[in-house]
Amino acid sequence: MFTKYLPRVLIYGTLLLAACFFLAPLYVMLATSLKDAEQIRTGNLLSMPHSFNVDAWLSAWSSACTGVDCRGLQPYFMNSVAIAVPAVLISTAWGAINGYVLSMWKFRGSELLFGFMLFGVFMPFQVVLLPMSQVLGYLGLSSSLGGLIMVHCIAGLAGTTLFFRNYYTAIPKELVNAARMDGAGFWRIFYRIVVPLSVPILMVTLIWQFTNIWNDFLFGVAFSGADSKPITVGLNNMANTTSSVKSYNVDMAAALIAGLPTMLVYVLAGQYFVKGLTAGAVKG
Amino acid sequence: MKTFENILPKLVIAPGFIIGFAFIYGFMIWNAVLSVTGSNMLPNYEVFVGLDQYTKLWASDRWYVALKNLGLFSVLYVGGSMALGMGMAIFLDQKVRFEGVLRTVYLYPMALSFIVTGTAWKWILNPSLGLEKMMHDLGWASFQFDWLVQSDTAIYCVVIAGIWQSAGFAMALSLAGLRGIDDSIIKAAQIDGASLPRIYWRIILPVLRPVVFSTVLVLSHLSIKSFDLVMALTSGGPGYATDVPATFMYVMSFTRGQIGLGAASATMMLATVAAIVVPYLYSELRAKPHDR
Repeated sequence: MFTKYLPRVLIYGTLLLAACFFLAPLYVMLATSLKDAEQIRTGNLLSMPHSFNVDAWLSAWSSACTGVDCRGLQPYFMNSVAIAVPAVLISTAWGAINGYVLSMWKFRGSELLFGFMLFGVFMPFQVVLLPMSQVLGYLGLSSSLGGLIMVHCIAGLAGTTLFFRNYYTAIPKELVNAARMDGAGFWRIFYRIVVPLSVPILMVTLIWQFTNIWNDFLFGVAFSGADSKPITVGLNNMANTTSSVKSYNVDMAAALIAGLPTMLVYVLAGQYFVKGLTAGAVKG
Repeated sequence: MKTFENILPKLVIAPGFIIGFAFIYGFMIWNAVLSVTGSNMLPNYEVFVGLDQYTKLWASDRWYVALKNLGLFSVLYVGGSMALGMGMAIFLDQKVRFEGVLRTVYLYPMALSFIVTGTAWKWILNPSLGLEKMMHDLGWASFQFDWLVQSDTAIYCVVIAGIWQSAGFAMALSLAGLRGIDDSIIKAAQIDGASLPRIYWRIILPVLRPVVFSTVLVLSHLSIKSFDLVMALTSGGPGYATDVPATFMYVMSFTRGQIGLGAASATMMLATVAAIVVPYLYSELRAKPHDR
């Protein structure tokens, strides 16, 4: 009896322990964000907050100070929305068209072109920081939201092209050939046949791009100005601000606010997120 | 009309590829050019200094600290994430209940920004109010944990936070690999009297080799690029004890006014990533020619 159930108990025990390890920081963040300064001093990481106190959240959103700027995270959050929405839509649409050509309208050398494009998925973006900041200067887009949108569109292009190209390669060639026989042209085939088949890959790409762009810190910190800082930069500045009293509850509330949009997407559409993760590593 | 239809696809992808290649390869060359100039606060193409910036880079103490940290971080981060992720995948593969829920829990950190994660871990690892105080309250009065503020241990805090963030990714890929293995192999081995751990070690792990390989590859290139986590958790400190090449490049280029040196360090990062990724891409593209 004992030996029969022992392996099962071990398996569930280990899995549960792992789950605690992954959930603990989330619990700590949430609990800390609901405490006041007094409770943080007297309690510890795991202690429950005494009451449901949302002061830290309100402060993080609209009145917490970073240096002399006391507008909370709100302006940065809005900047991130303003950057992410157009950049996600443009880079996805652009990738879809590239992927369509590279899979269904192959020409001599198109595979080679694609191979060279792939390196853009892996390259360290540190290499483009200095030239890009000069180009943004030439274009008059330094420290602007427009500049950041442009950078994200271009930086994401290799990835979105890869996603769509690999997905479209699996669509039966006969479908497209039949449409061509019937006299359908390049765009007609795209809108009538390919786009309607693209819903799953569209979801994967949109979610992947949104997560990447929302979470970006490198481009945000290198290319933004006072009025165009994205949320990650805002959060980092707030959490690293050196004031006399450190409000950890506000920091935790701010971190949760910054993480909320991508978490929400993950909870609602996790299966697509996982597909995006694996697609980046295992090419078809 | 016929010829237009023939060049239309090329016209359509031309902008993407021209801009994309300018971004990838054009900027690569541009950065290399910057690295042989004496640029300080601003790019300055007048002063050619040859390989002086590279000599300076390799003579710099700070660069060696960054490289040492990267080596330490990469090995522990990739190894730790792999081991933990693989372990969780194997346990999850034992036909457990609530698999979906557990998988979601293991993978959610991957959806978060490293800045969010870093901010949280900074608080948890806080020497006076964090983990240490918790242990004291739980009755372990002599417990001491100040890794985050000690020069020689702070990098391990980055490792812990990094593994926490990425183990789920290794789990997802390993699990996908495990699910692709034919059950009959395992059954046959069981009939032959092999124990379960032995089956996993001798049969399943070798079959999973390609999955392990690509996971290690993706994690390694992520570790070379890691920037956000270090910035949020330690900002490279104390001093520059937790600098990595990515933070070194940023600090030199954007705050210390040594653009030439920054460009040289970026070139070194590029060379490292290319050395890992290019052979992989080459074999991937060669192995599966999509000629249909």
